[in-house]
Amino acid sequence: MSAIFSRQSWRVVGELGRRSVKQTFRRPQLMAPLIIFPTLLLAIQTGGAGRAVDLPGFPPVESFLAFMLAGAMVQSTLLAGNSGGIALAVDIEMGFTDRLLVAPIPRFSIVLGRLAGTAALGLFTAIWFLAIGFAFGVKFTEGPLGVLVMILLVIGSAVAFGSIGAAIALRSGSASVVQGMFPLLFVILFLSTAFFPQDLLLEPAQTVAEYNPLSFIVDAVRDPVVFAFSAEDMLKGLLGLLVIGGFGTVLAARALQHRLRTGG
Amino acid sequence: MAAIEVENLQRSFDGGVIAVDGVDLEVDGGEIFSFLGPNGAGKTTTVRMLTTLLRPTGGSAQVAGYDVVEDAAAVRRAIGVALQEAALDPLMTGRELIHLQATLHGLPPAEIDDRADALLQRVGLTRAADRRVGTYSGGMQRRLDLASALVHQPEVLFLDEPTTGLDPVSRMTIWEEVSKLNDEGTTVFLTTQYLEEADKLADRVAIISAGKIVAEGTPASLKAEVGKPRLEVAVAEGSPAACEDVLARFGECLPAKDGTLIVELAGGAAEIAPVVRALDERGILVESLELVEPTLDDVFVEKTGQHLEESDEPLPGQAGRVAE
Repeated sequence: MSAIFSRQSWRVVGELGRRSVKQTFRRPQLMAPLIIFPTLLLAIQTGGAGRAVDLPGFPPVESFLAFMLAGAMVQSTLLAGNSGGIALAVDIEMGFTDRLLVAPIPRFSIVLGRLAGTAALGLFTAIWFLAIGFAFGVKFTEGPLGVLVMILLVIGSAVAFGSIGAAIALRSGSASVVQGMFPLLFVILFLSTAFFPQDLLLEPAQTVAEYNPLSFIVDAVRDPVVFAFSAEDMLKGLLGLLVIGGFGTVLAARALQHRLRTGG
Repeated sequence: MAAIEVENLQRSFDGGVIAVDGVDLEVDGGEIFSFLGPNGAGKTTTVRMLTTLLRPTGGSAQVAGYDVVEDAAAVRRAIGVALQEAALDPLMTGRELIHLQATLHGLPPAEIDDRADALLQRVGLTRAADRRVGTYSGGMQRRLDLASALVHQPEVLFLDEPTTGLDPVSRMTIWEEVSKLNDEGTTVFLTTQYLEEADKLADRVAIISAGKIVAEGTPASLKAEVGKPRLEVAVAEGSPAACEDVLARFGECLPAKDGTLIVELAGGAAEIAPVVRALDERGILVESLELVEPTLDDVFVEKTGQHLEESDEPLPGQAGRVAE
């Protein structure tokens, strides 16, 4: 692993990350899930269900948009991770990964490069949704520090979900398999606190949302916008990122090893 | 020192499929070595093992003096690889691909621009350098793939079916470039299913069938093994029997085919002129005269009982077979 941290290796990770970002911007079908879908969903939900904030039990928030921003951001990173996985699987299918594997680079830098690209896309989506928030008058309760924390959490979230996408891509080597995860991601998303407060969910969704790591992440991202920093929520958010990212990284490493051992 | 040394190399896959079955090879530094065989013969599997993409299940291989398993990283530093069906990202530009490849091989950033320009110029892609690869023709993509394999000036260059699917002009361009590279001292290991390609380019050829090497040598020596050049003579005026008398002086006469007399020239192609003179002296007027030399396909037939073009589908007992 020491070679991974050489200066040259980081250069490679940076270059592969740059390629990954360009690839996403040049392929509309990869870009759409990151920005267009979450933005449309945000517009439809805030426009159509804006009065949800008046429901008894809804936490005191400045606006439904303020509440929804965190969900849209995490949804976007979830889909960015999936898109990254699809792009990696396409690389495997067309043999581009072989080009990287015959180069004198640490093998895991291929995955790190992809995750670096996904992190950059996470930053992009965070800025996008923050801009929407600012444009529509959302007041960020924790100020610039809160915004910074929010951005960092969104980037972390993109990397964590990207590792899962990479693992599935490396194990299956098939873009359609990774793409097939799309509906499942929405199920996981809707069974979290991304779009609705946990207390207003019905059972069993309420219980699932309580233990869904995605809820931990969303809540941690949401705090600096609508409430105030909460050490407990922040810790739970970081734990969620650690669990998902750690799980994804281990799976990706094992899938890569398997691919190298069997040759495909 | 040999650029590539392979001993009893083997590769089997799950289900007992044996793709490479005890290959022995030695490729000298500075030569073009061609691996000729039909689809499924084991060419690509061998290349994937030699380029560290696939671990052998038996035997050993050294490339540029390094073991492909024990010193895989050193092998990767020493080789350039252009794999089958140029694996290029259609969304990248040609220049971006060369830049990426240069970074992967650790070229200092300050040198990359100049190197990219030189390589793109070398393969005639300067004007297309900033276009996306997806807009390139098949020949342009192959040239770009070749350029990217040369970015770090490799000692040994692996080309896996570099001209498959290309039109004749693009094929010739690749051949010229490969010859030039070899003239500059690069060892080239080339797999192909085209007889002409192996014949024209290679210093030595190994024919692989069913995962085993069935023949190896220079194209000339392999062809000489299966027979001598034949002269086919159609008589326009004069007695065929007299003609046959004349031809018999130059070699063994084979059964006539559609009235055309055939002689296997004992002294090779150099005897055409004496044959023509002898026929003229006997007053025999010739309608046509054709020299037919043995081809690598004849060698393939001799060794495997099949024509190369016929053997795309593995037969029982051929490559990709299941271990008994």
